Amino acid sequence: MTAPDCLRAAVVAIATNFLRTVLTTLGIIIGVGSVIVMMAVGAGARSEVERQITNLGSNLLVVNPSARLFGGRSSGAGSNLPLSEDDVKAIETKVPGVQAISGQLWASATVVFGNANFWTRIWGVHAAYLYARSWSIESGRDLSEQDVAGARRVALVGLTVAKKLFGDNDPVGEVFRIRNVPFTVIGTLTPKGQTSFGHDHDDAIFVPMTTARTQLIGKHPLVPDQVGSISVKFQEGADLLDAQEEIEQVLRQSRRVPPGDDDTFVVGNPIESMKARTAAQTTLGWLLAATAAISLIVGGIGIMNIMLVSVTERTREIGLRMAVGARRFDIMLQFLIEATTLCVLGGLIGVVLGVGAAFVTAGIAEWPILIPPQTILLALAAAAGVGILFGFLPARRAALLSPIDALRSE
Amino acid sequence: MNLLVRGSAIVPDGRALSPPLIAVREVDKIYGSGEEAVRALDRVSFDIYEGELVAIMGPSGSGKSTMMNLLGALDVPTTGSILINGNDIGKLSRDALADLRNRSIGFVFQQFNLLPRTTALRQVMLPLAYARPRPADPELQARTRLEQVGLGHRLCHHPQQLSGGQQQRVAIARALVNNPKLLLADEPTGALDSKTSADIMGLLRELNGQGITIVVVTHDADVARYARRRILFGDGAIVEDARLEG
Repeated sequence: MTAPDCLRAAVVAIATNFLRTVLTTLGIIIGVGSVIVMMAVGAGARSEVERQITNLGSNLLVVNPSARLFGGRSSGAGSNLPLSEDDVKAIETKVPGVQAISGQLWASATVVFGNANFWTRIWGVHAAYLYARSWSIESGRDLSEQDVAGARRVALVGLTVAKKLFGDNDPVGEVFRIRNVPFTVIGTLTPKGQTSFGHDHDDAIFVPMTTARTQLIGKHPLVPDQVGSISVKFQEGADLLDAQEEIEQVLRQSRRVPPGDDDTFVVGNPIESMKARTAAQTTLGWLLAATAAISLIVGGIGIMNIMLVSVTERTREIGLRMAVGARRFDIMLQFLIEATTLCVLGGLIGVVLGVGAAFVTAGIAEWPILIPPQTILLALAAAAGVGILFGFLPARRAALLSPIDALRSE
Repeated sequence: MNLLVRGSAIVPDGRALSPPLIAVREVDKIYGSGEEAVRALDRVSFDIYEGELVAIMGPSGSGKSTMMNLLGALDVPTTGSILINGNDIGKLSRDALADLRNRSIGFVFQQFNLLPRTTALRQVMLPLAYARPRPADPELQARTRLEQVGLGHRLCHHPQQLSGGQQQRVAIARALVNNPKLLLADEPTGALDSKTSADIMGLLRELNGQGITIVVVTHDADVARYARRRILFGDGAIVEDARLEG
């Protein structure tokens, strides 16, 4: 008997007891649905980490002043004294393996060009900033050491800002105002897109650190050369844990933290914190994997059960098929295909429910999800595998019936 | 009843010159073993030649059903040999027996044994699905057979939409679709009223007239009257083997 014949017989058999059959596939439905959600959540977490790595580079550490404690109560992030140019110099010269380093000081301000104005974030940075953050110039030129040394009024604009202020025209060379101070656009940046929290990387303007300090932010009363936070990029393959410790030692010295006192700064690894953030997703993925495995096994046993019932109910049919010339393999194949069809049918329902559940999860938990097409194929393949595995015993039982006993059965 | 033949190969019309379609030789069939062993057939021998229409009769427990199973290659003898179309069924594997049934034997059952929710056309195509090699146009073959049994207008009907007589005609078309040498009918009229029974037996007789060998197992003397030869079983052995005036 050919596969289409078997498939037709399977469809007739399934249609004969449709409700009973669909209820039987419940385990498969849940199992396949779990597989889909699991893969969607896992793939989403992975792609988020990967995107973060391409956005920031994988060897980036960020130093921030830490929160000061008053009687055990935090007075907010950055309430310790700001980091300074000295700290930048100290890290650059004393920590091995540093490839690029830049401070970053920010303020929000209205920028104006002609009739257009736009509220955005202005960053004061060093010349190595773009390199340190694995970012690049779309058109024009990057900030130079001279721009920073001379506190020139030049700016790099992100794509969102460029669109808002200058429309589709190339802004390089245009002069616009930040808090009424004129700046010349020297370059635009390649688009980076949204962060997972919905923050737009491209909604930003970058000016020399020195210019920002004098023109836009104002001097800190205690640290006139404050630099905000510091991005440090290390060579490819560098041990970031070692680097983190080195930075801590160097900064304790340069900031004169007395031995035994807490650090007045924190050294963070953005990729690691992203990984930590997605760890919950990964954990859920494993839970769902366990659910999927158990559901598929239970579902498989359900399939085996209903197929045994089916073989018993259709013993006469089997006898007839044997009488008109079905070999044992033909009978076996017919019931295997029936079990597999049943599982794939349940699998298809599971895929629909799983995709729905994945989107609901993503919406509620605000997790990024991703459903690659091969996920769906894999889930259906798992269902088909269950059908073959658990259909084997009933199919074998059918194939080994004696033709006479089968024909005689009532 | 004018000629009595017992366990011999002598038949009229010089048919003895060609080998028998079925040769049953010294067949024993024993079910179970030891103390509980039941001897269903006891040293049975006879021949059936091509073109015969034979009724196998006997009370229940006489061994006629066992004989039917052996003639249909559904079972094999304990001792002795049965040659169907030259094949010794005792020496064939299960799959080879299936192939033999598919090629050479058509079955008609008392309860029709049609598949539920399946059209007449698909019912008749069923044996062709197991044929090796696959026939070129199974649908055409099936349609031709259904027309032959007078159901050319019922191709797409399901069993529950057909009368008992029509269902049995579908079953007969199914039995014929592989052009078998032998058609085995087990109480073919057992579930039908007398008028329909007569129709079905008339059809079988007509098919026999076209050259197909038919063996009918029945306990109904009216049905047996349509046969040209009657083999009467009793207690696992042949009691009488008689040729009748057709």
